[in-house]
Amino acid sequence: MTDPLIHLHDVSAGYFQGRRPPLVVVQPFSVTLDAGKLVCVIGPNGAGKSTLLRTIAGMQNPVGGRVDLRGRDIHRMSAAERARQLSVVLTQRTEIGLFTGYALVAMGRQPYTSWHGHLSEQDHAVIRESLAQVGALPLAGRPINAMSDGERQKIMIARALAQEPDLMILDEPTAFLDLPRRVEVMLLLRGLARRTGRTVLLSTHDLDLALRNADHLWLIDDRGTVTAGLPEDLVLQGAFETAFASANVEFDLESGAFKTNGMGKRPIVLQGEGIASVWTRRALEREGYAVVDQAPDDIPHVTLSPDAEHPWTLVVSGESHGTDSIGALMDALGGMSASPFPTKRHVQDGIDRRDG
Amino acid sequence: MSRPENSGGQGYETTHRPDSPERGTAAPSAVRTAMPVLKPVLIAALLMALVVMFLTTLAVGSVSIPVEDVVRVLLGHDAARPSWTRIILDFRLPQAITAILAGAGLGVAGLLMQTFFRNPLADPFVLGVSSGASLGVALVVLAVGGVTTSFLAGLGLMGDLALAVAASAGAAVVLMIVLFAARRIASGMSLLVLGLLFGYLTSAAVSLLLYFSIPERIQAYITWTFGSFTGVTWGQLVILGPMIAGGLFAAFLLGKPLNALLLGESYAFSMGINLMRARFAILTTTAVLAGTITAFCGPIGFIGIAVPHLCRSLFNTADHHQLTPLTMLVGALVALIAAFAASVPGSNIVLPLNAVTSLIGAPVVIWVLLRRQNIKESFSS
Repeated sequence: MTDPLIHLHDVSAGYFQGRRPPLVVVQPFSVTLDAGKLVCVIGPNGAGKSTLLRTIAGMQNPVGGRVDLRGRDIHRMSAAERARQLSVVLTQRTEIGLFTGYALVAMGRQPYTSWHGHLSEQDHAVIRESLAQVGALPLAGRPINAMSDGERQKIMIARALAQEPDLMILDEPTAFLDLPRRVEVMLLLRGLARRTGRTVLLSTHDLDLALRNADHLWLIDDRGTVTAGLPEDLVLQGAFETAFASANVEFDLESGAFKTNGMGKRPIVLQGEGIASVWTRRALEREGYAVVDQAPDDIPHVTLSPDAEHPWTLVVSGESHGTDSIGALMDALGGMSASPFPTKRHVQDGIDRRDG
Repeated sequence: MSRPENSGGQGYETTHRPDSPERGTAAPSAVRTAMPVLKPVLIAALLMALVVMFLTTLAVGSVSIPVEDVVRVLLGHDAARPSWTRIILDFRLPQAITAILAGAGLGVAGLLMQTFFRNPLADPFVLGVSSGASLGVALVVLAVGGVTTSFLAGLGLMGDLALAVAASAGAAVVLMIVLFAARRIASGMSLLVLGLLFGYLTSAAVSLLLYFSIPERIQAYITWTFGSFTGVTWGQLVILGPMIAGGLFAAFLLGKPLNALLLGESYAFSMGINLMRARFAILTTTAVLAGTITAFCGPIGFIGIAVPHLCRSLFNTADHHQLTPLTMLVGALVALIAAFAASVPGSNIVLPLNAVTSLIGAPVVIWVLLRRQNIKESFSS
């Protein structure tokens, strides 16, 4: 098939408000997607991620443009027809007691069953396969209300899968989960897209996970402008700084993560290796120090000697303090913050608002 | 058409690609048992109880009739005494049938509303239908007619039908308003508030009518609010029966959208449910059931809110394909028991039905709730 799976033609999303002109949240943009891709929508809060996803899911009409799935306009399909090609996992936490995992996944067969909802052998096969795909077979007999948030999310993804869609849309599927579960769900979704040839479109706040796993990123900035492309291209183009532009955070190109502004403004020398060094560096950076290798003597030096009684040695202006923890080291540093170099520059840079 | 009208076809094969790693790990029979299984013994026991209660209602009353005679009359023969035949056929049988229909209807209407609004406190009357019926009755009893009491005297005979007509008209008017509002209001929650406000409006109007009325009429109105299955004649059953049967059948057909709505309107929509049509069908069905029953039996509380909870708890299911028929069964049984208790066997006293349903029912439901704390879990927050 030469047609792309999904084709957005100048789609803009927003809200109709009676006779007044519609409120456009997401500016018009066009993009095509092939089958089997994982696409992440990221952007600051209120940029319109959910609005855009709801529009593509056919839950609200686009303010402009059209969304084609396999060459057909999603908003002109009947609800039943659309449900066989597109399924969703919403951001709300699912609370539905007295339903087992299996019964909930079975709901995904609704677009295929008759009025009395009888499940054929084949429906059961799809349900089992959907459960297997998300690794939730052991949850089949468990009531939903006895499941953790991560388990519920797997069941909801299996339910969406049981609809056998070409396109799965998930609004912040990792929102309620702890970090390991977020990684797990993201890897699961990427695997699903690859294995089953379904395209997965999701919104997330997990920038790092999105950067690592997405085949495509749609970056929405706070003016509703969408930049679409490969994650790495967007990083190099500086799209992240633009989208998340804010006085207090900046995007670090090397680590691919956001840092609090004001980091690395006060130089400090850290000598030492190993795990202790990594975490000492973190603590220093959090306090606003830039860790450098070489510096004049008037710059503070921290030396690590892991086997000593006081592993951390701080030398400032020839004065030396030995400390037995990073906390004590920070206290020692803090005691010297009256020293000339940090505070003044700090304020000049307009960085630390607490000072200003 | 990008994909053939199938329940398998392309999508099915995709999920069965040989490279999917977990494939075949499912022991099919083991996973299949994950679908909720009904409790056949419990259902059989409830059915038995329904039959026993039905016969008891026919046999026991101010005059006791042997069960053999009851069965004989039901089979079309004459009882040992001709008066027994008349008592059973003309009085007790229509009452028992009314109780079964009303109990099933109120239970199912309550179930529809609890699911539709995703609110465990919803009952058949949240739409304001019974308030409309009350206002209709209040208008007839309290306001219309001469000052003479001859109208009130007439109430006993043909007046029942007048009340039913007034109540139906009141319920129908509210139904129209609700359906009209449902087309414009996006969220179910606003509809719930709307129904609540209707209730306040109508009860305010009724209060005013009561205030300016004479004691005899107030008495007549209050008697209506007590609720009763006894006033329904065969002639009225001809209307009541088909209306409720139709409502129950419609509710049975609505199992699929109702199940989908358990996940919320957005999910239901994403699973191919036509929300407008489902909403219209659910509201109409509820209003017809609640309106008809209120018109003929008065506003009977408690059954509509308690029976669905009882069924969820007893059978541990929220699947409407099962829950709807179960609610009919339990609702009918509860109504029969309430009617039986209200008639105070062996005496001539008839207690207000509404008081009995709550007095007997509330402790039972509280007991069930405390024993099995799974009621609130069946609702999304």
